[in-house]
Amino acid sequence: MSDAVTASIDRTPEPGMGVFNKKLGMWVFLLSEVMFFTSLIGSYIILRYAHPDHFAAPGELLNVNLTAANTFLLICSSVSMVKAFAAIQQGDLKGLQRWLLATILMGTAFVSVQAYEYIMLAHEGFLPALADYTAHAGGPLYGATFYVMTGFHGAHVSLGVLALIFVYIRALRGEYTVADHEGVEVIGLYWHFVDLVWIILFTIVYLI
Amino acid sequence: MSSDISMGDSHSEDHHDLGFIRTYIFSTDHKMIAKQFLVTSLLFLALGGMLAAMIRWQLGFPGQPLPFNLGAILPDTMAPGGIILPEFYNSLVTMHATFMVFFALMPLMAGVFGNLLIPLQIGADDMAFPRINMLSFWITPVAGAIMLASFFVEGGAAGAGWTSYAPLSTSGEWTGVYLGQILWLVSLIVLGFSSITGALNYVTTVIAMRAPGMTWFRVPLATWSLFITAWLLLLAIPILTGGLILLLLDQTIGTAFFRPEGSGEPLMWQHIFWFFGHPEVYILILPAMGFVSEVIANRSRKPVFGYHSMVVAIVAIAFLGWIVWGHHMFQSGMNPFLGMSFMATTVVIAVPSAIKTFNWIGTLWKGDIHFDTPLLHAVSFVALFVIGGLSGIFLASAPVDIYLHDTYFIVAHLHYVLVGGSLFGIFAGITFWYPKMFGRMMNETLGKLHWGVSFIAYNLAFFPMHNLGVQGMMRRIYDPNQYEFLQSLQSTNTFISKSVFVFVSVQVLFAINFFWSMRKGKKAGDNPWDSNGLEWACPSPPPHGNFAEIPIVHRGPYEYSYPGREQDFWPQNEAPVESFGASTKPEHEHGE
Repeated sequence: MSDAVTASIDRTPEPGMGVFNKKLGMWVFLLSEVMFFTSLIGSYIILRYAHPDHFAAPGELLNVNLTAANTFLLICSSVSMVKAFAAIQQGDLKGLQRWLLATILMGTAFVSVQAYEYIMLAHEGFLPALADYTAHAGGPLYGATFYVMTGFHGAHVSLGVLALIFVYIRALRGEYTVADHEGVEVIGLYWHFVDLVWIILFTIVYLI
Repeated sequence: MSSDISMGDSHSEDHHDLGFIRTYIFSTDHKMIAKQFLVTSLLFLALGGMLAAMIRWQLGFPGQPLPFNLGAILPDTMAPGGIILPEFYNSLVTMHATFMVFFALMPLMAGVFGNLLIPLQIGADDMAFPRINMLSFWITPVAGAIMLASFFVEGGAAGAGWTSYAPLSTSGEWTGVYLGQILWLVSLIVLGFSSITGALNYVTTVIAMRAPGMTWFRVPLATWSLFITAWLLLLAIPILTGGLILLLLDQTIGTAFFRPEGSGEPLMWQHIFWFFGHPEVYILILPAMGFVSEVIANRSRKPVFGYHSMVVAIVAIAFLGWIVWGHHMFQSGMNPFLGMSFMATTVVIAVPSAIKTFNWIGTLWKGDIHFDTPLLHAVSFVALFVIGGLSGIFLASAPVDIYLHDTYFIVAHLHYVLVGGSLFGIFAGITFWYPKMFGRMMNETLGKLHWGVSFIAYNLAFFPMHNLGVQGMMRRIYDPNQYEFLQSLQSTNTFISKSVFVFVSVQVLFAINFFWSMRKGKKAGDNPWDSNGLEWACPSPPPHGNFAEIPIVHRGPYEYSYPGREQDFWPQNEAPVESFGASTKPEHEHGE
């Protein structure tokens, strides 16, 4: 290697997208998540258009009001996530901890309400399996697509809550600073993505 | 391995004594992960080859007991008295394709060379996320173990074809395979995480970790093709995962996504599968195109003809790969107008493919060609890929496909692309980069012998299959002799089987060469091929952290036989002499 010439040259690598690696990695990962949810949502759209008789009218079987409130809760958790990130950008560690805790609580509440909703629906005979489906509206494709889409979303929220708890513990230990809070930003991206997916799901599953 | 680590400064000092487990088993070093992928996927390749040999035994010698008393090893549920049962034949066909596509070719392409070449060729010290990279490897043996286990459960391994078309795959009552099909689904769902985490790493690394001066159009074509392949993996695999999950739910808890008895849509499975499946086809061929470009340029001592058009062609193929999936379904009941548009987009792919072929020939043209093993494999790739590409155009046109669909013509076509194309490309890659991986050259005589016999036996095995297909012999058929009109083809089938046995056996030569050269091969030195890429600017094998200092890139990767230079190569990181003292800035401002 030609040390004499290279010695004085700027050593910074070729610029990427102007973001740090973990953030870029999360963006790339979320793209693959988009494709995953596309496969589930796409299947739902195809089945619903092919068999409209399997799907009940909005509000007939699903409790739209309860889920609307739950949706509002999840949107609020996105706001609190933004507040957490804004706090650590100012170096406000206490604010970070407070807003992270709020986000975790709202995320947990969302999943809990969803679990409650599942139990209620199961009691009415609204189940995914062909053989067990006895609900008075719609057919088995309705139950199957409903549980698959909302279930995988719920799993994503649950994983997000676990990741947030991990970030929260690190925040309690004071491991984030004004200069270094990559973890908060990366989990924030994931959280907003999960929120966005829910807004789409709520629209197409509950409202339309 | 890292005996001459003396040059490892800031990068490697904290990696010195990692112990056996961290060095060889749970390594985060991209080169070790590449070697782990290499060994496991070559084992799966061997397994897939053995399954192929058993398929060919049944077709070449139908109803005769397996040779070498193999029947004594196999249980009566597979081959009583050594005679392969039809149900076991279904499993053989399914598992041969599954192992070859998902456990051999994909990891050989992306797992081995993605890991080995990307950081080295762009001048990075490792991947962006080394621990995620390690995870990506370790998922593979887990998924492989699940897949292997399915041979030993009641009902045997999955038998619905590697495409697992619904409703054949939705319930065991059609195939007699219950648990095997479920394990097949679970294994591929698990394996998907390996692809996604790997792809995530490759994309991030190429975007964010290129050395100073390594502008986009100085990136070597192998890395370009692996980068584009990573995008395909990243976007296509989740689609498959989604589909597999729905099919798994149909199988296990009794949903009806693909089951007609519950108003599900079996055809939807085909759409989901091929929407993944066609990008997958390019996942399996694009990296090989990249390796071949490197090898041909290096071994003809000429710049790649039309470097920019090569890059554009890779991107074009990858893009077009997303809008052609319907050509797998011409015979599944499709609006002819829709079929015509799929036919048109498919035929358009011939354009970038032809650009690449033209450029490879242009690169060879009047070159100072060195006929060593990597080049022989690379040129074979070009020749066989052209044959596979041309038979692809036959199949792409819907009217012709009506006759050829699901015959041996498609078997011939896909093996020309995936064995003649991908596998010969992989052999070109392994023989070319072997010295970088292990620090020693492979044996040339053994290498040439392996290439020569493989090339001849390969063509003798697969070319006659075109004829079988045109004569009407069905794909995946257990015993063609049950039809009178196929009985006259038995001699061809026997000939094909014998050729396949030669092709499979001669791979032993490669295995011997591979392991023998690791210990006894000629020492390679840093740059045995007089190559320009950054991977040749570090020791063979490179130490942890790769480069003693971050290399500075001054030019493109294919400056061979540059006029007025004494050496016929010009490494990317060699500082330009004329600018010594005059300009210390890297010239990536005018960097194309």
